[in-house]
Amino acid sequence: MPFGEAIRMALRVIWTQKMKSAFSVVGVFIGVTFLIAVVSIVEGMNSYMTDRFANTLLGVNTFQLRRYPDFQVGNISRETWREWRRRPRITYDDARAVAAAITVPHTSGWESWNRGLIEYGGKVARDINLIGITEGYFDIKNWTIEQGRPFSAQEARTGQPVVVIGHELAERLFEDLDPIGREIRIRRIPYRVVGVVEPQGKLFTISLDKFVVAPALSPIKRYVNPPRVVDALLVKMNTVEDLQTAMAEAEAVMRSRRGLRPAQENNFSVETSEALLDFWGSINRVLMVALPGLVSISLVVGGIVIMNIMLMAVAERTREIGIRKSLGARRRDILRQFLVESATLAVVGAGIGVATGILLAGVVQATTFLPARVAPWSVVVGVLMGAGVGITAGLYPASRAARLDPVDAIRQE
Amino acid sequence: MSDLIRVSGLTREYEMGAETVYALRGVDLTIRRNEYLAVMGPSGSGKSTLMNLIGCLDSPTAGEYWLNGVEVSDMSDDELARVRNREIGFVFQTFNLLPRASSLHNVELPLIYAGVPAKERRVRAAEALQRVGLGDRMKHKPNELSGGQRQRVAIARALVNDPSILLADEPTGNLDSSTSAEIMNVFDELQALGQTIVMVTHEADISARAGRKVTLLDGLVHSDTTRAEAA
Repeated sequence: MPFGEAIRMALRVIWTQKMKSAFSVVGVFIGVTFLIAVVSIVEGMNSYMTDRFANTLLGVNTFQLRRYPDFQVGNISRETWREWRRRPRITYDDARAVAAAITVPHTSGWESWNRGLIEYGGKVARDINLIGITEGYFDIKNWTIEQGRPFSAQEARTGQPVVVIGHELAERLFEDLDPIGREIRIRRIPYRVVGVVEPQGKLFTISLDKFVVAPALSPIKRYVNPPRVVDALLVKMNTVEDLQTAMAEAEAVMRSRRGLRPAQENNFSVETSEALLDFWGSINRVLMVALPGLVSISLVVGGIVIMNIMLMAVAERTREIGIRKSLGARRRDILRQFLVESATLAVVGAGIGVATGILLAGVVQATTFLPARVAPWSVVVGVLMGAGVGITAGLYPASRAARLDPVDAIRQE
Repeated sequence: MSDLIRVSGLTREYEMGAETVYALRGVDLTIRRNEYLAVMGPSGSGKSTLMNLIGCLDSPTAGEYWLNGVEVSDMSDDELARVRNREIGFVFQTFNLLPRASSLHNVELPLIYAGVPAKERRVRAAEALQRVGLGDRMKHKPNELSGGQRQRVAIARALVNDPSILLADEPTGNLDSSTSAEIMNVFDELQALGQTIVMVTHEADISARAGRKVTLLDGLVHSDTTRAEAA
């Protein structure tokens, strides 16, 4: 019997027993749904973390020099924390010396940061990121100025009270007014708005457009850090190779400035977005290891259910098998009929699982901040696993059917 | 006329627990082409066993069975399946149609296992149904047909692959007398067209239509009579 014929026959049997078929594939259905949905969400998170999260926070081919790591992976012990707090801070002189020592092409910028409120006229905006930076910061963040301009090297060097603000903040403070040239106040000190950065969107649920940047040497310096101290030096290179070189150079300069002996560990942190991605990668790996376990449990259960259903089907249809044999069906014809039937059953279940999984991923995508991206490989794996479970579960019942004695089978009521 | 079936010393034993039951104890029988043979005998005489052996549903414990010049008594399961498919058409007392399949699909089954392509299959199955007068019942399922119609579907199915021999096991056992007569007429017509028929029955008026009557008793041929005018 041709293969297409066998599948059509199997579909006919499945269709005539809709309820029974539906119950028998629940296990496979759940397993595949779960697989597709989780993989979609993990893959979505993956691309989100790589494209957006890590690069938004740290930038591509960029390292940060800090007192201690900005992104803490896992639990930090109390001793580590205490040691970090004892470290000397990064000074203006450190930042300048490191930037000067890097031999590969690069852009560098300072960053010092605090959270606070700003005023314009009678309005107050709270919880705003107030950041003192140098002009290189604009390039490193790859910001596009939608109105006005970034502040100049001249303004940065002389510490002029000028600011560039985030899109959302501009809307909130000035509404329809043109923000350029207006004066806002931070701690009573007036600053002139020279530019607005185009919207950066959200990271998870947090807006990235509620910030003010001012020259590091402007009066904001008294608000963000102790005198002559920066939170971070950001250095961006063009290539990964240059990044490696620059990090080594930065580390060497800092070690010599701090007078560290070879055996002593760094009392500063040089980190890249890699660190963050590594952290994500480790979560990802755990998920990807746990997932097959969970999926296989439901598939094994699903397989056992299908096997039982098929054994029942063979028992119920003993007479049919006898009739088919009397008409010339060989063992392999009967074997194939039942194998195809159980495989088709499982694949139909898996197919519905794929559809539901994609739907579920879409729902998660639409209702939460979690991004989802359906991975084509997970669809292929889902359907193949369905077929595999079906064939495996059908093997025993089908071979029992094939071995039935035609005389006994046809006599069965 | 040549010998279609030659059976010699055919024996079939069954193990029933510790006991051995002899269903056939050495049957010798020759059936020629276009013969119409009725097998009779009380229950337990071995006629069903003989039918199963002639129909290649079962293999003998001892003895030889030649069908169409080929020895089938020591064939494997799959070889027997092929012989059943090509050489034998079964008609059963209980019809043995697939309940969920249409008449047409039921008649197509032997052709499916013969590997006939779908289009040709449909044409041949439809022709077979027309031949038994059911051209207008092709889409009907068995439970939408009368007993006589069901048996006609079964006869169409048995004949669709042009078998050497038509084996009927109490074909009228589940039918009323007028329907029985109808079905028996079909068999008569088939024989007139050259079909070889072997029929198991315990009804004397049915066996009277056959040209030859073989009676079994206790697993042996008890009598073998040929009607003068049919020979």
